[in-house]
Amino acid sequence: MALVGPSGCGKTTALGIVAGLDRAFDGRVEVGPRPDGGPARIGYVFQEPRLLPWRTVRQNLALVLPWAQRRGPAVDAMLEALELSPFADRFPTQLSLGMARRVALARAFVVEPDLLLMDEPFVSLDEPTALRLRGLLSDLLDRRPTTVLLVTHNLREALALADRILLLAPSPGRVVAEVPVAVPRAARDDATIEALRRDLLSRPEPAFRLLA
Amino acid sequence: MPALMPVVSILLLLALWQAAALIVGGRLLPGPPVVAQALLREAESGALFRHMGVTLLRVLAAFALAMSIGVGIGLPMGRSPFIDRLFGPWLVFFLNLPALVVIVLAYVWFGLTEAAAIGAVAINKIPNTVVLVRAGARAIDEGLVDMARVYRLSPADRLRHVLLPQLTPTIAAAARSGLALIWKIVLVVELLGRSDGVGFQINLLFQTFDVAGILAYTIAFVAVVQLLEYGVLQPAERHCQRWRRMPADA
Repeated sequence: MALVGPSGCGKTTALGIVAGLDRAFDGRVEVGPRPDGGPARIGYVFQEPRLLPWRTVRQNLALVLPWAQRRGPAVDAMLEALELSPFADRFPTQLSLGMARRVALARAFVVEPDLLLMDEPFVSLDEPTALRLRGLLSDLLDRRPTTVLLVTHNLREALALADRILLLAPSPGRVVAEVPVAVPRAARDDATIEALRRDLLSRPEPAFRLLA
Repeated sequence: MPALMPVVSILLLLALWQAAALIVGGRLLPGPPVVAQALLREAESGALFRHMGVTLLRVLAAFALAMSIGVGIGLPMGRSPFIDRLFGPWLVFFLNLPALVVIVLAYVWFGLTEAAAIGAVAINKIPNTVVLVRAGARAIDEGLVDMARVYRLSPADRLRHVLLPQLTPTIAAAARSGLALIWKIVLVVELLGRSDGVGFQINLLFQTFDVAGILAYTIAFVAVVQLLEYGVLQPAERHCQRWRRMPADA
């Protein structure tokens, strides 16, 4: 599911609340327990990579795992899946932004999240890099499906990845429309996405005028 | 040439010292050769190494105590405004407490013991470490702290991998100033209530007005402290900061 809306409508705040980082609100947010009764595991891809600069790529991934699994194969398998193996022993200061974002993505997936929160994970990347990362994310989701809450202001990105899109309006931030995306993710090429986008933009309700 | 400057600087100091010794003359200000003789004499008798060893152990014990307690108090004070407001006034009090008062009271309350001596030295350094670490802790990157919370890092992991690495520059600064401060106070503690160590020895030499001996011990110990600075503290700091120097070639 994607949250789409202009800056300042509370998208990041919503993620913070779901993640339990922001407790200054009224009401309740429930992130259900796992089938085995343990608390839900959350993966969070922040707007900035937020890697520990003093730990290597491999250590950054290993650290979010429980002690027993740190030396296990999970870390290397995840690095392999995201084509990061050659950079496993680099420090984040040696990586480009696109590469660092890829590590942040790997870190979110290595915990095998029940809920994956993503806050503009591909913002401020050049279009080819962003496209490539979206492709990698899509592959990872095919291999290991999970619930994803994606925040973005990029409608194309939402249309490329999400099954459901919530449109948010600013001040006061609220959901103004819910749009299901019926086309399966694998079948969405550039042309399909562009067609979907045009369709949304041409809808008459005021909610969709915000997108223009 | 720049590499030679420290040597030139030291030679200049020695020359000035020798000139002053020639002008003043006698036992009040012996020149470098006389002090070197005294150094050799103390080294041959073994007294130099025994007293320096004892003093060094006290310095290291007080240093370890002051640094760990200082970080233990400074970190929560920097992270929590409540704790900072609650204990801030205590800090002001301890910062302004004269070293001599702490030493005398420690000896009065706990006797002329090793623990009292080392504890008194540590108490003199702790407030200073706390102030530095608190400032460092206030500047900690909240984004990384949030990351650690979302991924449920254990408190030990948060401390070791998220908080302490950000405090390395602060802790290094505290360690540098700490080492210098601590060895000076250790000498006072030894003079007042111990029967060995450089401070005790200087007191003996003072009673016989053996200025050459006093200078010999002083120079020997300054050299050792410098050696610790360059041989241990700086390499340790470089190791902790190695990620900063990696070239961005990816």
